Amino acid sequence: MSTVTTTYREAIREAIREALRRDPRVFLMGEDVGAYGGCFAVSKGLLDEFGPERIRDTPLSESAFVGAGIGAALGGMRPIVEIMTVNFSLLALDQILNNAATLLHMSGGQFNVPLVIRMTTGGGRQLAAQHSHSLEGWYAHIPGLRVLAPATLEDARGMLWSALEDPDPVLIFEHALLYNQAGTLPADAGAVDIRRARVRRPGRDVSLITYGGSLPKTLEAAGRLAAEGIDAEVIDLRSLRPLDDATILASVAATRRAVIVDEGWRSGSLAAEISARIMENAFYELDAPVARVCSAEVPMPYARHLEQAALPQADTVIRVARGLVRGDG
Amino acid sequence: MPSLGSDMEAGTLLEWRIAPGDAVSRGDVVAVVDTFKGAIDVEIFETGVVEEILVPVGEKVPVGTPLARLRVEGEPAAAPVAAAPAAPVPAAAAVAPPAAVPAPGGRLRASPAARQRAAAAGIDLATLRGSGPQGALTLADVERAIAVRPAARAMAPAERLAGMRQAIAAAMLRSKREIPHYYLGTTLDMARALAWLEEENARRPVTGRLLAGVLLLKAVALALRQAPELNGHWLDGGFRPGSGIHVGTAIALRGGGLVAPALHAADAATPDQLMAELRQLVQRARAGSLRSSELADATITVTSLGEQGVDTVYGIIHPPQVALVGFGRIAERPWVVDGRVVARPLLQATLSADHRASDGHRGARFLALVESLLQEPETL
Repeated sequence: MSTVTTTYREAIREAIREALRRDPRVFLMGEDVGAYGGCFAVSKGLLDEFGPERIRDTPLSESAFVGAGIGAALGGMRPIVEIMTVNFSLLALDQILNNAATLLHMSGGQFNVPLVIRMTTGGGRQLAAQHSHSLEGWYAHIPGLRVLAPATLEDARGMLWSALEDPDPVLIFEHALLYNQAGTLPADAGAVDIRRARVRRPGRDVSLITYGGSLPKTLEAAGRLAAEGIDAEVIDLRSLRPLDDATILASVAATRRAVIVDEGWRSGSLAAEISARIMENAFYELDAPVARVCSAEVPMPYARHLEQAALPQADTVIRVARGLVRGDG
Repeated sequence: MPSLGSDMEAGTLLEWRIAPGDAVSRGDVVAVVDTFKGAIDVEIFETGVVEEILVPVGEKVPVGTPLARLRVEGEPAAAPVAAAPAAPVPAAAAVAPPAAVPAPGGRLRASPAARQRAAAAGIDLATLRGSGPQGALTLADVERAIAVRPAARAMAPAERLAGMRQAIAAAMLRSKREIPHYYLGTTLDMARALAWLEEENARRPVTGRLLAGVLLLKAVALALRQAPELNGHWLDGGFRPGSGIHVGTAIALRGGGLVAPALHAADAATPDQLMAELRQLVQRARAGSLRSSELADATITVTSLGEQGVDTVYGIIHPPQVALVGFGRIAERPWVVDGRVVARPLLQATLSADHRASDGHRGARFLALVESLLQEPETL
């Protein structure tokens, strides 16, 4: 099988390109997606290739262009709306929650909203407290949305088309630190399942449950834990809403210990929700309390050393996992 | 530890089928106990909620030792009720005193998985050392404890046989020492019974056919309705009538020894039901998997040795029962009917009975009743 060398960024661009080619109803819009090529250079070159009708720069008004996307979707188009960061998406929260997520229900099933919104999330690039938060857990709270977090090249390449096929709104969270991740993909890589979590590394002693930008750190932690004799399983959630309970619970039932690695703030986090589900459904399988590694509950600092200290790191995951398995963390 | 017959002194707990918190109802199998009669399923005689397991798997304890604490229905949670499922035979005394409940001091740190495994295996967590976070007991700690404790193993066949021999010796010695036996015998004309059986069996598929022995069991059970002083137990210097007619059926085991598990309420069962139950009972007795009530409940024993070619059985009563009915083989012999000598299938039936509980007169009436019942096989 022939493969291509690519990056997470290029894989998403390729996915957008494929969608634009396959379906004339698909178009991309957002701040600086056209002439500038996207704030994270994801859509670089697409304007030349597809023209301004399908690669549309928008004014700096998240509420307006997300609302326009909802209208276009209601009108039969398949818009891909890019929001620069999840922090800015709060300006469009009214559109996302009160319109996109609810119209199907409020119209008694008459109007679905086949909208895909892509946005960047996460810290680690010294972009400070207005550009670096991980708020995807908030969106995962909202019924009516599907929330995806591609963490691998394969998912970066494959989730978009599956999301466009969903008749209801889908949010895709791209962690800023992943864009430069390089690797190979099969030349014919395409759509992937968006319903199930994946075991990225099988193990017997502890389940490390994570998603998005924390996956590489968690895999690094698992590799180092293996060197000290702790066999960690790594679960990549992939879909944050709905959560794939079956995969999570099967893993925890086998390892009897769980650490949830979530870049969101701990209080009221997605990690809290997963922890609750484990308690509800697998209490008698547990050999240790469920543990969480989350971001420090502060606005994300600008200073590099402080930012690194605030974010989940492989060292923390290792210490916590060791504590659950051997009691000597 | 229930008494599975007067000849049992102790049993080894092989397996728990319950855990603290489980709801149980009368008749549920709660544990498996190893005796020389096999691995016996122990049934519970109360309905309630299991509070605590008192005897761990692998331990051998005397009859009467409380195995678990049960909170019976309607009882407040703290009241300690010992609920060794006690048999209604001597060891009925096995309703044991409340076990001492340790005062809850510092709470034990143990993971949910460890607690569940320990409860199932009958392991006391307080005896283990934890290796988990903050010294908590983990599943692995419990698994290690299970691995190193003396294996809860079933007895080896030779061991079982020796134990059974000892028990039979003790029971028979006690019987001959304590029970003033009287013996009665009569010859039964089996012509009608066999003719009916032949006709009946001709209509049935091979698997549904009845054996003559089933008719004998049914006749004995029905006759006992008229002879209650033969059906029950002699306990504490007095006769206690049986709560039902539970006919113990002597079954020889391969490799030696015998058991006489009960066919419950045999007087109320149809011959077909008795046949099915008997077939099952023989299978399970030989596989060593009887239930506790079958071993404890018999109110009389029937032993049939006709297949071995003997004509007459002079039985020894199985204490604390008060009677044993013996059947020999059915053979064609000369018999006088209406003044003429004819060939008839005849059978010697004997009664060994405890003279403390009944007299020969009653015994004779019982045998006569058995005979007359067998003359109307269709009514059995």
